[in-house]
Amino acid sequence: MPFGRSKRASMGLPLSKTGVRRGDALFHGAAVAAAALVPVLMAGLFVELAYGSRLSLEKFGFGFLVSAAWNPVTGNYGAASSIYGSLVSTAMALIIAIPLSLFIALFLVELAPPRLARPVSGAIELLAAIPSIIYGMWGLFVLAPFLADHVEPALQAAFGHIPVIRALFAGPPMGIGMLPAGLILALMVLPFTTALMRDVLQLVPPVLKEAAAGMGSTTWEVFRKVMIPYGRRGLIGAGFLGLSRAIGETMAVTFVIGNSHSISASLLASGNTIASTLANEFTEASDPLYLSALIELGLVLLVMTFLFQVAGHLWLSRLGRKTGGGQ
Amino acid sequence: MSTIRASVHGAPASAGPMPKAAHTGAISVRHLNFYYGSHQVLFDNTLEIPGRSVTAIIGPSGCGKSTHIRVYNRIYEMYRGQRCTGEIFLDGENILGSSVDLIELRRRIGMIFQAPAPFPMSVFDNVAYGLRLHYQLPRSELVDRVEDALKGAALWDEVEAKLHHPGTALSGGQQQRLCIARALAVEPEVLLMDEPTSAVDPVGTAKIEELVQRLKERLTVVIVTHNMQQAARISDRTAFFFEGRIVETGETTALFTNPSKKQTEAYITGRFG
Repeated sequence: MPFGRSKRASMGLPLSKTGVRRGDALFHGAAVAAAALVPVLMAGLFVELAYGSRLSLEKFGFGFLVSAAWNPVTGNYGAASSIYGSLVSTAMALIIAIPLSLFIALFLVELAPPRLARPVSGAIELLAAIPSIIYGMWGLFVLAPFLADHVEPALQAAFGHIPVIRALFAGPPMGIGMLPAGLILALMVLPFTTALMRDVLQLVPPVLKEAAAGMGSTTWEVFRKVMIPYGRRGLIGAGFLGLSRAIGETMAVTFVIGNSHSISASLLASGNTIASTLANEFTEASDPLYLSALIELGLVLLVMTFLFQVAGHLWLSRLGRKTGGGQ
Repeated sequence: MSTIRASVHGAPASAGPMPKAAHTGAISVRHLNFYYGSHQVLFDNTLEIPGRSVTAIIGPSGCGKSTHIRVYNRIYEMYRGQRCTGEIFLDGENILGSSVDLIELRRRIGMIFQAPAPFPMSVFDNVAYGLRLHYQLPRSELVDRVEDALKGAALWDEVEAKLHHPGTALSGGQQQRLCIARALAVEPEVLLMDEPTSAVDPVGTAKIEELVQRLKERLTVVIVTHNMQQAARISDRTAFFFEGRIVETGETTALFTNPSKKQTEAYITGRFG
């Protein structure tokens, strides 16, 4: 036995070791190449967009971001109304979707009996699988007439006499505009944020919930004072994921937002977003400056998304340092 | 968990957490049976726990020690399918009754768990948690009571300078004493401890055992432990559990030196468990 073992070691080992080394180097190279693809693609995308928008960049400079003009006839373009629309519709979507998601997640994790939690979870995941064009058509043919006939007149009746707030609901109730866009976006963001928040809340250790309940907390207090703080990093992350989804969503918004290059305080008025403008106007962009302005809009969207991600990371790392705990 | 805390919040703020004189924290368990679904795990447990004393519950793993004390504050009710029959009297009142205010019950009966469970907030906020939940105290009184509770849990000197650091940043033993301080802050009559030192190093364990000795001047301690030396060191009375039944109860010294049942003797002499 000892003889056989030493023989194998002296003869076989050096050979097989070089084999391992060669394979390892290959594996290492493949992994590095795959990982390098991401920043290279990102940089390539950025450079391509910047290059494509050079005409517009030269002509309008920084003014592109603050001008609300959009006139293909005179060749005058500004991104302000699209940026405004993207921000407002996304904010509306998050204001509606995040609390709703939290409550659904709480229900699924803490309150629902398993035989109810499973089908509800499944239905939520199904919502995420519906193509956005279906949401858009539903928004245009079902939601918009309903809003125009019932919800918007009711909102005007309720808030029409209150100064300042009145401006939010001014104008004819058409069922097309910022309000339906925000609602549709909320509906589209909801399944993602809910599924993520459910997973985050499921990670709260049972002993922590028992300790909180054992102090005399109600279910709501356990949720608000212990589970949310414990999972806050994951919950905020879920919110930012919802934000990225909402700000880039194109088709459904294009159907219901009205697609006008205007900034209006009223949620009932039509507007546009960066993504909806791109979807609508690319086919019409005949002259180079028009096309260049649209590409610059794309660049603006990319930079905005990037800035939101950076802000999210900064917020999370600050939270982590300050309070500890949680994930 | 649906009980409303109106009775506590409705009280004038100046009333503060003052235990009533008649409350000594004596517990009397009568014919307690416990079921996980249709599976019975506790059988006809009857146990007298005198007020202001330390009672140890010992027995092999899975004998129902933890399940038994989890009935006292009705924490088992968080889970579907767990139920019990029987009666548990705290100072003469049946706490298993349907009219009992769960929230007030859990203020009167605190619980410490096997794993330290500091909440994801600062040391101060951890201790103030129950006070904020049950009372509306002016800030200065809140600060005083937090300090008292931390002193009561022998933790003040170690955390005085880091009251606003996260509770999770403390050592394991300190975290467990933080949980004890959190429970003490609302001045409970009973403190349930479910293997409180099993996740704590020897130095931390010694501190917690010393603390338990001092706590019995103020409240009743019921401590579940798998460590017989610990039971012998710190308890006045001991109950030996086996397969969901209480085999033997008595003065700790008597039970350890002269057990009356064969099973008790076999367990404490290390023949099983």
